[in-house]
Amino acid sequence: MKEETEWTMEIHSRSGWFNIDLAELWRYRDLIVLFVRREFVAVYKQTILGPAWFLLPPLFTAIVFAIIFGSIARIPTDGQPPVLFYLAGIIAWTYFSNCMTATSNTFIANSGIFGKVYFPRLVIPVSIVIVNIFSFLIQFGLFLIIYLYYLISGAPISPNIWLCLVPFLLIQMAALGLGMGILVSSLTTRYRDLTFALGCGIQLWMYATPIVYPLSQVPHQWIWLISLNPMTAVVESFRFAFLGSGMIQSWQIVLSLIITAFILFLGILFFSKVERSFMDTV
Amino acid sequence: MSEIVIKVENISKLYRLGIISHNTLYQDIQSKWARIRGAEDPNTQIDQLNSGLKNNECECFWALKNISFDVRKGEILGIIGRNGAGKSTLLKILSRVTAPTEGKIKIKGRIASLLEVGTGFHPELTGRENVFLNGAILGMTKQEINEKFDDIVAFAEVEKFIDTPVKRYSSGMYVRLAFAVAAHLEPEILIVDEVLAVGDARFQKKCIGKMGEVAGEGRTVLFVSHNMNAVKNLCGKVILLEAGNLVYEGDTHKGIAQYVNEDRIETTTLDEEYLNSIMTGLILERNPTIRFQQITISDMNGNERATFRSDEEIKITMRYRCYTKVTNLRLLITVLDSEGNRIMNTLNYDDESELVSMPREPGTYETICRFQKNIFGEGHIFFTFGLINGDLEHVTIQKGFHIKISFYPYSSCNEKLFEFVNIRPLMSWRTKNSLREIV
Repeated sequence: MKEETEWTMEIHSRSGWFNIDLAELWRYRDLIVLFVRREFVAVYKQTILGPAWFLLPPLFTAIVFAIIFGSIARIPTDGQPPVLFYLAGIIAWTYFSNCMTATSNTFIANSGIFGKVYFPRLVIPVSIVIVNIFSFLIQFGLFLIIYLYYLISGAPISPNIWLCLVPFLLIQMAALGLGMGILVSSLTTRYRDLTFALGCGIQLWMYATPIVYPLSQVPHQWIWLISLNPMTAVVESFRFAFLGSGMIQSWQIVLSLIITAFILFLGILFFSKVERSFMDTV
Repeated sequence: MSEIVIKVENISKLYRLGIISHNTLYQDIQSKWARIRGAEDPNTQIDQLNSGLKNNECECFWALKNISFDVRKGEILGIIGRNGAGKSTLLKILSRVTAPTEGKIKIKGRIASLLEVGTGFHPELTGRENVFLNGAILGMTKQEINEKFDDIVAFAEVEKFIDTPVKRYSSGMYVRLAFAVAAHLEPEILIVDEVLAVGDARFQKKCIGKMGEVAGEGRTVLFVSHNMNAVKNLCGKVILLEAGNLVYEGDTHKGIAQYVNEDRIETTTLDEEYLNSIMTGLILERNPTIRFQQITISDMNGNERATFRSDEEIKITMRYRCYTKVTNLRLLITVLDSEGNRIMNTLNYDDESELVSMPREPGTYETICRFQKNIFGEGHIFFTFGLINGDLEHVTIQKGFHIKISFYPYSSCNEKLFEFVNIRPLMSWRTKNSLREIV
């Protein structure tokens, strides 16, 4: 009998730890595009201001920071215009934290659809990360307008060759947000309390990242510690590219890349472990 | 023989009952740390320690145990069994929603299931966008959907509204569009779970119709149902699951006979929870108009039992609730034989007094149906119940009572010449000795 012909699919009880089929994810690229579209349309339909809603929060936050940390607490901004300094940090941070929070409830928010049909589960977090690029670009546009205004009016800012790195910074933030998000989402299927911890943790993490203060203000003996935070190098490089001030060093960038890769790897590891059986525990 | 397209090898699925972990990450780490040091787990329940059980050995439940079977190309396989027998778990594993605890399944071809109708539909998106999204979720590529798009829209009869957000659709249009996508999926293997296919009777009929069509094209169908008539008409082979075990595999008629003769014979009361869990038909989930509350079977003195003599009357008491004013309420009892054939119907409208008592105001009612004596013959019979509110809502209880009738007075005739049938009403027989008249 010719039963030994190739099977299209095998369902096993146990699998190895690292069991993400990237080829399969690629086969489902149409689905990723459609999910991105769905998220995007679902957010904007029937709001009057539409995308403008993405502009107001970072703008107001930057103004509030400028007042509190700049005017009242008098934390220096490396001689940069405070609003621009804060805004650069905020939009980078917003993209990362949005990716992380949105992907972190992948399993719980989608348990309905996951319970009915199979498709690579990674499709959902990947599409979330892509959707958030749009809101980042809108905020980035706002940043550019304010940036050009300062540039023309002669503020001491000097854009430089590091600008070429900005797309890569975006990719790194996406990878880090995705990695953290899926790591948390895998753990929340068992430990629901992590969802609450995340809300608090993300706040603290922001203050551990040079957003309201420049890296140059960090005491020398703590530089190694803040460099362990992968977002430090990202935010500092982002700012350096546009403003030309800061003190980022190449070892910090390499360290940040290594940690990002590690978190993404760990996230995928846990995700692939959980995705096969989470329906039984949610 | 055609080739094997699904090969299930020793599939088992374990569910843990109760609390799955200690709930907090802190306690889990604490337990793990204690185990590493070889100390006692501080989070173990005291009674578990005393009874000598280890943490992992209790509260487990095998939903499936060592299931193996093959499905060949073009076959329609019926999967039958009681609620909780493991049918849905098996389908979930087959459709890769959850992974088995042990064992392996090999599959040739694409699997799709009609229980996924409308999955991922988003109310803000237009019909067109939803067709593409839903198709992609079910595994179609953009190109495939493009090719079939016109067919899908025509099938769903929503051409005019295809660029309207689906939240503006009527529920009928919504379901038709969702079904149209699933129907055009053209999988090699189709899974139909009647229990989960919530929808009106027409829709379920459409699902079943689609199934026959699919099998006609040489593709394979797995069909889960409580409706034995449908299983008998469609399936060439059945597997019977009982408490997670595969107890029968093979001929449809024998499988059904084994299933219906299972141990429901003890049941004489169906309570509200059971009735709500197994009701099928045209069900309004959110605004129910009618629901069964309790059905009991008893003799004329009110003693509940499930074995009767043929010369006894049988009393069936149905308690139900009308949530709104119901002008046209019908109650239906169908009697089936042990192979699932319908052998008898009775409707409350057959009795004129029921017609007069309409309409029914909201409230709880009790209707009694008395089966006269001397209707049934020796054997097992089954009751199914229907509660019908015009065209609005039909509640059907497919698996009602299973009772045993012993014929009385027992006729002493040669059993080889006499095959039992379930309907054996008492007729009047008279004999004249005509010979004498001739003489």
